[in-house]
Amino acid sequence: MSLIQHLTRRLLLMIPMAIGITLLLFVVTHIVPVNPLAVILTERSMDDPDAVKAATEKWALDKPLPEQYLIYLKNLLQGDMGTSFKTKNPVASDLKNFLPATIELSIGSFIFAILIGLPLGIISAIKAGSFIDQFTRVISLLGASMPPFWSGLLMLFVFYYKLGWAPGPGRINSRLGAPESVTGLFVFDSLLKGNMPAFWNSLSHLVLPSIILGWFTLALIARITRSSMLEVLSQDYIRTARAKGLAEKWVIISHALRNTLIPLVTLVGLAFAGLMSGAIMTETIFSWPGIGRYAVEAAANLDYPAIAGVTLLIAIIYMLVNIFVDALYTIIDPRIREG
Amino acid sequence: MAVAKLSQIPLPKTAASPNQRRLRALRHNPMAMIGLFIILFWAVAAVIAPFTSMRDPLAQMIGDRLKPPSSQYLFGTDELGRDVFSRVIYGARISLPIGFIVIIFAMTMGSLVGASAGYIGGMYDLLVMRLADITLAFPSIVLALAIAAVLGPSITNALIAMVLVWWPEYARLMRSQVLSVKNNEYVTAAVAIGIPGSRILTHHILPNTFAPILVKASLDAGSAILNIAALSFIGLGAVPPTPEWGAMISTGRYQFYSWWLTTFPGLAILLVVLGYNFFGEGVRDSFDPRMT
Repeated sequence: MSLIQHLTRRLLLMIPMAIGITLLLFVVTHIVPVNPLAVILTERSMDDPDAVKAATEKWALDKPLPEQYLIYLKNLLQGDMGTSFKTKNPVASDLKNFLPATIELSIGSFIFAILIGLPLGIISAIKAGSFIDQFTRVISLLGASMPPFWSGLLMLFVFYYKLGWAPGPGRINSRLGAPESVTGLFVFDSLLKGNMPAFWNSLSHLVLPSIILGWFTLALIARITRSSMLEVLSQDYIRTARAKGLAEKWVIISHALRNTLIPLVTLVGLAFAGLMSGAIMTETIFSWPGIGRYAVEAAANLDYPAIAGVTLLIAIIYMLVNIFVDALYTIIDPRIREG
Repeated sequence: MAVAKLSQIPLPKTAASPNQRRLRALRHNPMAMIGLFIILFWAVAAVIAPFTSMRDPLAQMIGDRLKPPSSQYLFGTDELGRDVFSRVIYGARISLPIGFIVIIFAMTMGSLVGASAGYIGGMYDLLVMRLADITLAFPSIVLALAIAAVLGPSITNALIAMVLVWWPEYARLMRSQVLSVKNNEYVTAAVAIGIPGSRILTHHILPNTFAPILVKASLDAGSAILNIAALSFIGLGAVPPTPEWGAMISTGRYQFYSWWLTTFPGLAILLVVLGYNFFGEGVRDSFDPRMT
């Protein structure tokens, strides 16, 4: 099967999955004992029959559930995810405003995780049992065992309050204000416009939350790199390379490293799920206006359209990431395609 | 010449069963034992908490609000003058069993569904596994957040939400296990001699599928505790004044400068999750060396 066919098939299979996802979300947000009217309206207008009637009509609350689902689906196809009960804005536009912050944070934490995790994994495989290896093990274990909402607070307390090395919560100093928007990524936009104070300020705001969010991914990367490298190093072609007198440095860089990286690709999907889960907590701690924090606020306010919208968005991105990973994997390792 | 009585002849030692071998390996795994020790330590602390002379975790000493750790209050007091030390210890009575309960329920539900899907096959298999696929299309905490929000904040609802998002992983694993065991010769033999299907499933197939499920369960227990604490932190799990670690950190963060309010419950979570993770890795190493 060619790569194109393979991808087309995966993308087509996404359609029934997406329908299933919307159905599940619809069921989850509609089997509630709570009267959604009570959330939409203020307490006083609950007594006002006109207000109640208007709200009921707007949300099709008087229609049977299957019909409500079809209306929901039809609106979705037109890009309408409903209106948030709380912010009174269309959920789709809310998400558009909140997404860039999360993307920026995810990029930051991915860079941190790869920059630290990859070398740690490689070194601990080459020097298995050494101090670095033990250190990596501890770092990985902490990454998998530490609640990010706690480590985030601790970091803020130490590096912001006690030492004053890092800026406080938020994306940028409020005095500077958000840079002129191109992509919505503050660091990128300010650099693009040559606004250096905003660039440095938003970059420094990015550091702590990226470390907290990236720690989990770092643990994954370091672990998989280590075990993958150990396996590659035991292969015949490595022994051949060493036997013909190649310097150990080149054995690692030009022979072992490339094959070590293959399993890492499959990790991206898992890492993404970890990022999203972590983003919910990290964004809450660092007052980071991303979709994770949006999800938490929606959940706290019983804002059903917002909950369904943000959950749907994350699920769709997650599916696309998995398809992307799959495609990447088939390109790197053609044996998968034939299997 | 005395003839040895039959009973005196030493019987040949029967070879240890795979499960006995695994348990023996587990007992000699230092990591698993450290993990078990940590879990047991917390379990004992949680059980004896009411019988020691500790302060009531809910009692408010208004005159002693936000006191830093001292010899009088080991972990300090919170914004209502409650003793943080006894709240942390009492918190173990919630967090410790809950990781267990989530995993037991998710494992049982997932295994039942997965085993029946793999064994029965057909339309049932198709439908059930598609439901599993759809559930797995969400990062678990995100869907759990939505479900818990809809059900309303309480520790039971957080538990239900976690089980609902977690069973499909076990269902998938169990289904593939059953499918691979189903085609073994001893199952064919059992079918041939006319043993009823349900008995084949419970007596011939299931006992040979459990190792990977148990390994997964012990690796997952730590994450279950983390996730429940996260839901409580967000405000969708335990509600105040319950001494739950996640909820304690959540209210404590508003007293940012009183570091002891968040540090100690967080350390407690870290320690328990580390304990479960150590144990889980030990179980994996001794039950299935290939998985490392």
